[in-house]
Amino acid sequence: MTEPTTDQAHPLVQISNVTKYFPVTSGLILQRKVGEVRAVDDVSFTINRGETLGLVGESGSGKSTLGRCIVQLHKQTAGGIQFDGVELNTLGDKEMRVMRRRINMIFQDPYSSLSPRMTAGGIIGEPITIHHLAENDAARRERVAELLHIVGLNPYMADRYPHEFSGGQRQRIGIARAIAAAPDFIVADEPVSALDVSIQAQVINLMQDLQERFNLTYLLIAHDLSVVRHISDRVAVMYLGKLMELAPCDDLYETPLHPYTKALLSAVPVPDPEVEEQREHIVLQGDIPSPLSPPSGCVFHTRCPMAVDECRVTVPEFKEVAPNHMVACLRVGPDAI
Amino acid sequence: MATLLQVDNLKTHFFTRNTVVKAVDGVTFDIDEGEALALVGESGCGKSVTALSIMGLIPSPPGRIIDGRVTFMGQDLLQVDEPTMRSIRGNRIGMVFQEPMTSLNPVLTIGRQIAEVVEEHLKVGKAGGMDRAAELLDLVGISDARKRLKDYPHQFSGGMRQRVMIAMALSCNPRLLIADEPTTALDVTIQAQVLELIRKVQRELGVSVIIITHNLGVVARYVDRINVMYAGRIVERGALKEIFKDPRHPYTEGLLASVPRLDRPKGSRLIPIDGMPPDLSALPEGCAFRERCTYAVERCERDIPEVLPISDGAGHQVACWVADQNADASGQPMGAATDD
Repeated sequence: MTEPTTDQAHPLVQISNVTKYFPVTSGLILQRKVGEVRAVDDVSFTINRGETLGLVGESGSGKSTLGRCIVQLHKQTAGGIQFDGVELNTLGDKEMRVMRRRINMIFQDPYSSLSPRMTAGGIIGEPITIHHLAENDAARRERVAELLHIVGLNPYMADRYPHEFSGGQRQRIGIARAIAAAPDFIVADEPVSALDVSIQAQVINLMQDLQERFNLTYLLIAHDLSVVRHISDRVAVMYLGKLMELAPCDDLYETPLHPYTKALLSAVPVPDPEVEEQREHIVLQGDIPSPLSPPSGCVFHTRCPMAVDECRVTVPEFKEVAPNHMVACLRVGPDAI
Repeated sequence: MATLLQVDNLKTHFFTRNTVVKAVDGVTFDIDEGEALALVGESGCGKSVTALSIMGLIPSPPGRIIDGRVTFMGQDLLQVDEPTMRSIRGNRIGMVFQEPMTSLNPVLTIGRQIAEVVEEHLKVGKAGGMDRAAELLDLVGISDARKRLKDYPHQFSGGMRQRVMIAMALSCNPRLLIADEPTTALDVTIQAQVLELIRKVQRELGVSVIIITHNLGVVARYVDRINVMYAGRIVERGALKEIFKDPRHPYTEGLLASVPRLDRPKGSRLIPIDGMPPDLSALPEGCAFRERCTYAVERCERDIPEVLPISDGAGHQVACWVADQNADASGQPMGAATDD
């Protein structure tokens, strides 16, 4: 094949200026709005066909909220999300339901994301029924058996209930369900962080195999930077609802430009004592500020080792400073201060 | 250096109606004064139960320590009565738990909770307790300590709550600090802060530290020696660098190979450990790891391997019948594997 696997001219998902605020209310009856949590604040990027985009950030950075907006589990407050050229916000319930066949999600917690009262076969078969993908019951059962086989489980396990499976096996069921309706795009929200180390590798490999086999596009939301690097083509870094940096995977890990990305990378311990001795460690002071009242100017300035006075007042623009390398920092790039 | 704590053949089993869960089944290890030691393993390997056994905190029933000795500063902790244990717990041995959200009392101020420990163990008055609490908060890097004594746990972030837990554990100048997954619930930048704090405590106050974790990366930066646990037993132990450079147990080797690393070029595939950990209430005969092990031989099905020193490593010990085939090219063969 001469065609590249990722088509940058026609991205699969286009996110433009997406903002999601959650209102904070006070009082039992009147529910006066007293403030808002700025979970996602004016975020724009694209996801290309066939690629894996890693979305990293600490808890409270808004990465899960953004993921949920993309699959329309949350309606965004403002901005647009285009999937394959169609603006999701304009779709009615019925049209959205049809669209959902193509967009799916893998959740973090394999314990609470599966209904305890349904069998594995029922859980995996549900999307097949909803989207009328099987002619009859026998065909559906056959498809479920095939899916179980694809994710590395035994087809005879279809009649078992979730509690009879281990964490890694449950995550495989969640994955089988996510691919049951043959989607194009999967948002995986922390798919391995609840699993043991030795099981994580199994699930990561499975996700990679499925991507190759079914030409899937992934948005991988995770806080584990090593895992993200392992399977992503491009990586976006979020902090307090805003994108800080977005670059091809190797660029981001080898030449991080944003001070937050640098600190984040240096905080990840490497399982090798000799390497650890050599590495430079930037230990950030303090905690992530409250998204109820984010800092003025650059949201990172309160913890940034490079911050100057200007950072307190001016919101940095998210701009391209090297080919395909986007950064939101006043102190990075050709016109840096 | 003098040995501070010696755990000998510790066996803690849990008795349910029909089954016996052998959570810890013959664990032996020691820690020196001022040393940082790691217990590494996945969930269910018995690392937390080992810590709780040392602290005398095993819920009974269903749990029971059926065998072993835990010698701490010359005293067998499994033989002392409850009042003595209570004076050791919190006073000589401090413990930090995984969940900083749930291990603090939500209706007491931070100051009260720390002062309570100090008043109980050091027999100081209320004012003295609060003074010490402020001093401790300052030590663990909480700014404006005096003022924050009056705050409640919900006013602290996760990382700060873990600092409070550490302050509490340090309140009576313990000799030993046991930190059970101290950073698992925290973000990576906060994890770095908390681990730096634990290291500072170890270095500056000379406290011995046992870090219990599943994260090999955490271990690599912060401890001197490692014990790797699997299915209730220790399968490998040794000096930090030795374990990472020359792992001899197939499980340790598998763990190291299965995690993606930031410092290595991006490989195409990870090498997972196949299968899953065994059911602790129905352990197979022989080596508990053999069903997942690529090196397993016939003997592994019959005999449980003992933790034996390997000939070329100082203090490096492995519980594996085939540890020698697993050695690198420079490794000398040892007797244990062949004199069957």
